[in-house]
Amino acid sequence: MKIRDIALARSGDKGNRATLSVIARTPADYPLLERVLTAERVQTHYQGVVHGLVERYTLPHLGAVHFVMHEALGGGVTRSLALDAHGKTLSAAILDVSLDFDSP
Amino acid sequence: MKPFRIGSGAGYSGDRIDPAQDLAERGALDVLVFECLAERTIALAQLRRSQDPQQGYDLLLKARMRAVLPACVKQGVTLITNMGAANPHAAGQAVLEVARELGLPRLRVAVVTGDDVLPWMQAHDVPLMDSDETVRSLDGQLISANAYLGADALLPALQAGADVIVTGRVADPALFLAPLMHHFGWDATDWRRMGQGIVVGHLLECSAQVSGGYIADPGFFDVPRLDEVGFPLAEVQADGRCVITKLDGTGGRVDRLTCTAQLLYELENPSRYLQPDVVADFSAVHLTEVGPDRVQVEGATGTLRPAQLKVTLGYREGFIGEGQISYAGPGARARGALALAVLERRLQRLGLDALEHRAELIGVNAMHGPALGADREPYEVRLRLAVRTATRAQAEQVGQEVETLYISGPAGGGGVTQSVREVIAVASALIPREAVHPACQILEL
Repeated sequence: MKIRDIALARSGDKGNRATLSVIARTPADYPLLERVLTAERVQTHYQGVVHGLVERYTLPHLGAVHFVMHEALGGGVTRSLALDAHGKTLSAAILDVSLDFDSP
Repeated sequence: MKPFRIGSGAGYSGDRIDPAQDLAERGALDVLVFECLAERTIALAQLRRSQDPQQGYDLLLKARMRAVLPACVKQGVTLITNMGAANPHAAGQAVLEVARELGLPRLRVAVVTGDDVLPWMQAHDVPLMDSDETVRSLDGQLISANAYLGADALLPALQAGADVIVTGRVADPALFLAPLMHHFGWDATDWRRMGQGIVVGHLLECSAQVSGGYIADPGFFDVPRLDEVGFPLAEVQADGRCVITKLDGTGGRVDRLTCTAQLLYELENPSRYLQPDVVADFSAVHLTEVGPDRVQVEGATGTLRPAQLKVTLGYREGFIGEGQISYAGPGARARGALALAVLERRLQRLGLDALEHRAELIGVNAMHGPALGADREPYEVRLRLAVRTATRAQAEQVGQEVETLYISGPAGGGGVTQSVREVIAVASALIPREAVHPACQILEL
């Protein structure tokens, strides 16, 4: 089982920071999402892409965990050399994270 | 009191036009809002204005007005837009031109200005946000400086009974909050209603992103008929509660998940969403599905507005040169990797290696770098080299070097493209409210 089996994700940009929301499709799956997607887990997953801190906000009543990832957009949307300067595609990468605790 | 109906006609400058026309014709709306300004849009528009004083407003303004004005005038729908960009006055005149073309009997257009604070920024050396530098460091490169105006700047235009309100930089949610304050007579310090007005604006400002756009993942989250996705509207009550919905017969979907994704979109701290009119708090927002494609939104609140306004500064920052070439079939990835190694050495030879650059294989590591790029063997890859340069001539060399791979690179490279663009970057700073003077001028047909 992966995040994609229980949640959907959307990312956005704010200066040189990327935002990432992961939302449980069914409220009952939210606690699992909150347990698996710690700030540390997300930081590790985006290693090499996110160069700053990852902050996490939990919104249980919305079934969502929300992340702000610092230094993630090559200096900011308007000056980045990246093809996806907005980091729009970053959201999809989180869907590949495994829900099994012992696997990476 | 019957609910106030407010629709979203565009979520960015290039957005589809036909869903807005549908909303104008069938939405029984009170207000239709077009949000068309991204961060650097004004800087780009300012460059067009410097070439031609009659330009500098949104390039699709007239096309959008032609599509919606007839229905809006007939039904008394007020249009609000930031398509004035760097030249709201010229935009106002352009709206009148369209009205004449269409043979409309009368039209009252309000032009709201005051966001342009370039002279103040040039005279005061304030710190740049997220940086150790100050505005002075951009001397000679600065193109534009625009403060984010709040809903208060739009109220005089609404009080004057304008049919169309054209402005430049206004905080996106404020384009929606202003008509709600005006219609319901909300007090600007009623933080609960102000917060709720911001949540309405935030949910609508990206058009279809709340009504089924940008969320489909086949087999996991299906969305019907994206080719005709309906743009959203809100039915807002006097106490600020609202229902987000879309027109019957349109594609897309509105449910708890589409609304949650948009509620959190591009927020940092959900309990402190800084706006010119209020620091909105979305942390206790509650979403309830109350019917097919109908979601009720309540629970937003807020606290005292910030003392200063945010300013976006547009400035020139050199050039980016780019070249691409594709490799396909067995060994595509290895040949692409060889081509990258060749280019790295060529950059050294040309003395361009010290410049910031990005060399990657689309299909392998261009989106998320080597760690997430995995070790799968793609059938085809596309090499991409992008280099930040000081001059246009250097930027042109980048694409030319990629093109020489046709003759001197690995086997089977094809489909070279080259591009050069001037970089117009943005930075942010803060300005005291007292230094910003919104104004409203009425133009009549």
